[in-house]
Amino acid sequence: MTRPVDAALAREFGLNAEEYAKVVEIMGRTPSLTELGVFSVMWSEHCSYKSSRVFLKQLPTRAPWVVHGPGENAGVVEIGHGLCAVFKMESHNHPSFIEPYQGAATGVGGIMRDVFTMGARPVANLNALRFGDPDHPVTKRVVDGVVRGIGGYGNCVGVPTVGGEVNFHPAYNGNPLVNAMTVGIAPADRIFLSAAAGPGNPVVYVGSKTGRDGIHGATMASAEFGKDAEEKRPTVQVGDPFTEKLLIEACLELMATDAIVAIQDMGAAGLTSSSVEMAGKGGVGIALDLDAVPQRETGMSAYEMMLSESQERMLMVLRPEREEAARAIFGKWGLDFAVIGRITDSGRIVVRHQGRVEADIPLAPLADQAPLYHRPTTELTKPAVLNAARVENRLGLARALEQLVGCPDLCARSWIWEQYDSTIGGQTVKRPGAADAAVVRIDGQQMALALTTDCTPRYCAADPEAGGRQAVAEAWRNLTAVGARPLAITDNLNFGNPEKPEVMGAFASAIRGMATACEALNFPVVSGNVSLYNETEGRAILPTPAIGGLGVIDDAGKAMGLALPPWLDLVLIGGTRGWLGQSLWLREIAGREDGAPPPVDLPAERAAGDFVRAQILAGAVRACHDVSDGGLLVAVAEMAMAGMTGARLSTGPRDIPGHAYWFGEDQGRYVLAVADGPAVLRAAEAAGVPAVRIGYSGGADLTLPDGGTISVASLRTAHERFFPAWMGS
Amino acid sequence: MKAGIVLFPGINRERDMVIALERAAGQPPRMVWHTETDLSGLDVLVLPGGFSYGDYLRCGAMAAQSPVMGAVREHAARGGYVLGVCNGFQILTEAGLLPGALLRNAGLRFISADCHLRVERADTAFTSHFQRGSVFRAPMAHGDGNYFADSETLDRLEGENLVAFRYVSPKGEVTPEANRNGSARSIAGVYSPNLRVLGLMPHPEDLVDPLMGGEDGRPLFTSLMAA
Repeated sequence: MTRPVDAALAREFGLNAEEYAKVVEIMGRTPSLTELGVFSVMWSEHCSYKSSRVFLKQLPTRAPWVVHGPGENAGVVEIGHGLCAVFKMESHNHPSFIEPYQGAATGVGGIMRDVFTMGARPVANLNALRFGDPDHPVTKRVVDGVVRGIGGYGNCVGVPTVGGEVNFHPAYNGNPLVNAMTVGIAPADRIFLSAAAGPGNPVVYVGSKTGRDGIHGATMASAEFGKDAEEKRPTVQVGDPFTEKLLIEACLELMATDAIVAIQDMGAAGLTSSSVEMAGKGGVGIALDLDAVPQRETGMSAYEMMLSESQERMLMVLRPEREEAARAIFGKWGLDFAVIGRITDSGRIVVRHQGRVEADIPLAPLADQAPLYHRPTTELTKPAVLNAARVENRLGLARALEQLVGCPDLCARSWIWEQYDSTIGGQTVKRPGAADAAVVRIDGQQMALALTTDCTPRYCAADPEAGGRQAVAEAWRNLTAVGARPLAITDNLNFGNPEKPEVMGAFASAIRGMATACEALNFPVVSGNVSLYNETEGRAILPTPAIGGLGVIDDAGKAMGLALPPWLDLVLIGGTRGWLGQSLWLREIAGREDGAPPPVDLPAERAAGDFVRAQILAGAVRACHDVSDGGLLVAVAEMAMAGMTGARLSTGPRDIPGHAYWFGEDQGRYVLAVADGPAVLRAAEAAGVPAVRIGYSGGADLTLPDGGTISVASLRTAHERFFPAWMGS
Repeated sequence: MKAGIVLFPGINRERDMVIALERAAGQPPRMVWHTETDLSGLDVLVLPGGFSYGDYLRCGAMAAQSPVMGAVREHAARGGYVLGVCNGFQILTEAGLLPGALLRNAGLRFISADCHLRVERADTAFTSHFQRGSVFRAPMAHGDGNYFADSETLDRLEGENLVAFRYVSPKGEVTPEANRNGSARSIAGVYSPNLRVLGLMPHPEDLVDPLMGGEDGRPLFTSLMAA
């Protein structure tokens, strides 16, 4: 490249005129190409959070069990027995549209590195996926590629994929969302951080060699797509799960020694962000010699090496006297190990290549003077509450139920799960579909982790604040439904173009809703990721603040599933008004997407959840399922299908129309299958929690209060039809 | 019985195997690195599942050329026990210790699901704690588990009673639906002629604890450790 560095080139790199002027001011001269590259990726939306930072500060991040909140590679919470859980969710949306297999695969690889970088062995993966309309011409290809990519990477590395969620909506036609979450376990006294220290200490590069792949990936992820999305394929990286597996083993082996001062994975913006962040956080300087970087291609420039997003690479600062021992470990695993620089006390990053200084940037202003925007926000008018009595009910309960359990948003996901290894590790207590949250025992312990991902984008679109609150509450509820104590969340905030006031308004509102729920449920945010510019040709996705929740259950043997056993009382916990606004029934049966979404009453949520958890741990419950998409009847049907057991349901209250009672999506509710219904009802009354017996289990059919009947077997057929038929296998 | 678990780079189900062997034997197995060549003192060698060398070449083809495989061959030639599961089974076929090959699953997709296996004979060191003809559940997790051999080989395996397990329905019937990866004659596992080497695709080691959904796989390990 011989083009001069100027404002026009800066614009192509994603920096606007003011941002470029700031770069020139900091440098006191025209930056070199490599320097411009460093600034442009560090100041990209993806790396700098320049539009979202002012809002993210509102989220509660503290609790007595939080060890490291946002700002590290992943969140860390104490779980007892001298152990910590380390977890985070991160998006790989843009690459997954351009090249679904590699986009999703490298998303999984990247989030695993964030977790093992901190010293934790990854023990579970989850994925929150949103796809376009199944009838849209590209959706099938995207779903197929994303699912194969997630499986291809996770299965090979050997971390079980135990849960997640999938939605379809036309708003994702051009911008599917791939949000990958990894959870790891580390000894509480051996958490590794990224702040570099010790001038003179060696900076060590390990893992795969550097190639020209993924150059400017972070910039690509910080812009909308136009019609040229396909042409951006060269910015997508290619994953090598075999190397990732070796890297995990080698890093964990090294982490058992005292060799590491600081460590950081090379994720978005590769060598640039890892070196800048490590030196910046440590308040030191760093000098890099790019001639020492292991390279996969010849003739790479400094610019290309600094911006490459080649996967499966880590940067470490080591104690000098441990360098040879560390080299031996990486040699044993067959991985590159190269000293590519030293920590300095200069406060600058200095990059040398072939005898020339290619970049020399002061670190403090690179971080402190990064752009920070208070973008204009316009908040949506809240939609009116839908009067359920005025919505025509043209189908009986049985027909509507059969249709609902077969729709793309509610149908069986086994076609997806069966492509993910969910049992590897030998610790999976509740596999996908067996319970409201995945349950993974901790090796050598009686306790287990409960894990879930949640968000209801159609609620967020109608009322982002209510939707944000609901997403957090649902994660808390799903953990509670297996008997776990919810501890903390990671969030993955997927929105459109932040330069549009209505998008930023939705973002601000969603954060407000999330913050309220986190506060009320004592459920702090410990890590997260923001993905903006999820727009194609000016059309934005639904606001999608995906929540990854983590909880602990002290006795894995008490973890509760949702499969219904026969001949038990069915008890509904939580209050029901028959809320049809934004329900799936309304969309799938009545063909409407309107009304206000169901509100979450946080004190009631907490009371109901605490009651349910106590009943589970006391041994009073045989199956438990929260009531969410599709409402009460869908919840009962899901329990029935999982247990291959029918149920007979009683008539609901007279003042609520039947379809609203059975399909309304009122929040904060659970269905319990219990041996002694009256005892549970008495306990609920004593706890001040609404509870009502809705019927009992048994037989082969669901017998409904409007006189309709449907066999569980035929429900299951309807439930399992969609994916295999759609994908043709 | 002293067991050793053979580790190649990319193997990832060794921890599951450690749990299963330890529960059955009461003592931890020895971990054997792929560069080792002295396996003395070990009665059973276990090749666990995973993606050795990424399986970027044919599954198991690279691992079959490892230094340790010479020692594994000698161990087998001496009549020592060898168990290969999933990638371990693929490696044993690539190394010529078991006949046949494992092709891509018939549906061309990875399958992670429980399957049911019928115990074709219960008089071997691996199956003495099972009943002949009994059916047990085991998770499968593979993309290349479609057992293939030419018809003479298959006839010989059946004729010499060397088929260890078949994919069957929960009731024990051989059906196309139960044979999800498309294996020839529904074969899930095979023995060497001396019945000392066993390879199978599914993972009995992942079902040895009621907490994980059952103990169906346990008899395989208790049989072997008691042999």
